Amino acid sequence: MSADGQRSLTRSTAAALAAAIVAGDVTALEVTNAHLARIDEVDPAVHAFLYIDHEGARAQAAAIDAKIAAGEPVGPLAGVPVALKDIFTQVGIPTTAGSRILEGWRPPYDSGVVDRLREAGCVILGKTNMDEFAMGSSTEHSGYGPTHNPWDLERIPGGSGGGSAAAVAAYEAPLAVGTDTGGSIRQPGAVTGTVGVKPTYGGVSRYGLIALASSLDQAGPVARTVMDAALLHAAIGGHDARDSTSIAQPVPDVVGAAHKADVRGLKIGLVRQLMGEGYQAGVSQRFDEAVEILRELGAEVVEVSCPNFEYALAAYYLILPSEASSNLARFDGMRFGLRAGDDGDANVEQVMSATRAAGFGDEVKRRIMLGTYALSSGYYDAYYGQAQKVRTLVANDFAAAFDQVDVLLSPTTPTTAFKFGEKLADPVAMYLNDIATIPVNLAGNCAMSLPIGLAPEDGLPVGLQIMAPAMADDRMYNVGSALEAALVNRWGHHLIEEAPAL
Amino acid sequence: MSSQTSISTEQVAHLANLARMTLTDDELTRYADQLDHILHAVARVGEVAADEVPAMSHPQPMVNVWREDVVTPGLSAEDVLAGAPAAEDERFRVPRILDGE
Repeated sequence: MSADGQRSLTRSTAAALAAAIVAGDVTALEVTNAHLARIDEVDPAVHAFLYIDHEGARAQAAAIDAKIAAGEPVGPLAGVPVALKDIFTQVGIPTTAGSRILEGWRPPYDSGVVDRLREAGCVILGKTNMDEFAMGSSTEHSGYGPTHNPWDLERIPGGSGGGSAAAVAAYEAPLAVGTDTGGSIRQPGAVTGTVGVKPTYGGVSRYGLIALASSLDQAGPVARTVMDAALLHAAIGGHDARDSTSIAQPVPDVVGAAHKADVRGLKIGLVRQLMGEGYQAGVSQRFDEAVEILRELGAEVVEVSCPNFEYALAAYYLILPSEASSNLARFDGMRFGLRAGDDGDANVEQVMSATRAAGFGDEVKRRIMLGTYALSSGYYDAYYGQAQKVRTLVANDFAAAFDQVDVLLSPTTPTTAFKFGEKLADPVAMYLNDIATIPVNLAGNCAMSLPIGLAPEDGLPVGLQIMAPAMADDRMYNVGSALEAALVNRWGHHLIEEAPAL
Repeated sequence: MSSQTSISTEQVAHLANLARMTLTDDELTRYADQLDHILHAVARVGEVAADEVPAMSHPQPMVNVWREDVVTPGLSAEDVLAGAPAAEDERFRVPRILDGE
């Protein structure tokens, strides 16, 4: 294929690719090959992928082409390539969750998300980089080296799902799946100029998703447009009997809502506690402009107060480590992954301790100890117990806010992408990146980040967050799609097209 | 305010032992400092949430989930043991459990 042909395929939306493939204008194999060539070309610099499944992806694409040629029914995203965060199991494909402790492990089963991707006809290109066990906001905590932001290779792509966001931003895949425990889909979306959605808790199966914090973890779509995110959301969402927290209801009509794109008469709330002080000037400026656009489009905008959001970050950094310290107990060097120090003399506890010391990175060790502390006798009530009460107050703040308005808005992140190393030595400074995204995870409702422009002072992407009530995921697609259309109309193109060539 | 450090390296060593992680002396010192810093930041949860506020452990009301009592295929021992660090006689091979003295 010509370089121009390859370029046009990798620049296409998922929606356009799906239509072209099913119409026979292009084969799934040609689309997959174009993306694999793009990965081979740019990923040495970006490092979005931990594993590229050249052979497997081509085989999946060829199988789709055979089905189409035979006139058999195919899924709604037949032949569309997708990048998978390395936290989901996929049979026979190395799955590490960004940790050395799982290096070389090949799962014997598919996750619920992989099942759904296969049903939809997606072609899984490979596994994307992430902070180890999804603990981080920059991918600097990956056991396999960081991913670089396609907008500026000296800067972080966000985290933990920086690999998924960078893969989509760098045109290595039109779609990616991420997971969001405290912002790990939305914050990378914001700093890479892409769209990222955390669905309602229970909206997408957690079966086969390597658990970080089970009451917070949620898988969701990463894309370059709101419509593409909706298509992937619809494909991966829905009930899975193998996840006891999976919601046994149909996925809200997110695709229909993305088509609707009409905010007239809608009531939008701006969260007072998630604006102003602490937010970079260019972030606040673009946010205010986006709000003004929504007002011009016919939405009613009011300010609302969620006073307990101020305590959400503190509660999160007790609840998450507590759940993580328990979930990560399974990495004991006995059943899968790394085993260290098994010299025939050491006992099982010594081998476990040596294995976990060798296999876990710095941030994981830190959070495991924090969680162990918060759950230990004498401290439980003051830390974990109090954090659970704050969680109730945060959920109550959302409930009161959604009594007044249909959706809530805030900037997704306080700043644009920062440089590598800037926040590594100070864990609390790193944690502050998620200050606006965490409340939604605590309450279990849904939120989207979409690009709204570049900060004038550094020319880097800014994200806007739309928060909606649980199981009202369609609302954020409606608002996001309307805002995106207005911005594209203003700019004449999607923001991602302003990213420098790699 | 390092003079107010409330987490000692001994405490970190205790936590590391509870969590089954062998830490170096450098790690013990660094984590004592960092955990202290983090705990100061998160102790704010004590400022709100009085006794009458119920604790929330999960976003959904948790109910038991039943399924039909039918046999579904599971994984073969071979598939499961393929990922094990050590296997023997169709079982996980593990280090000795007891100290043999």
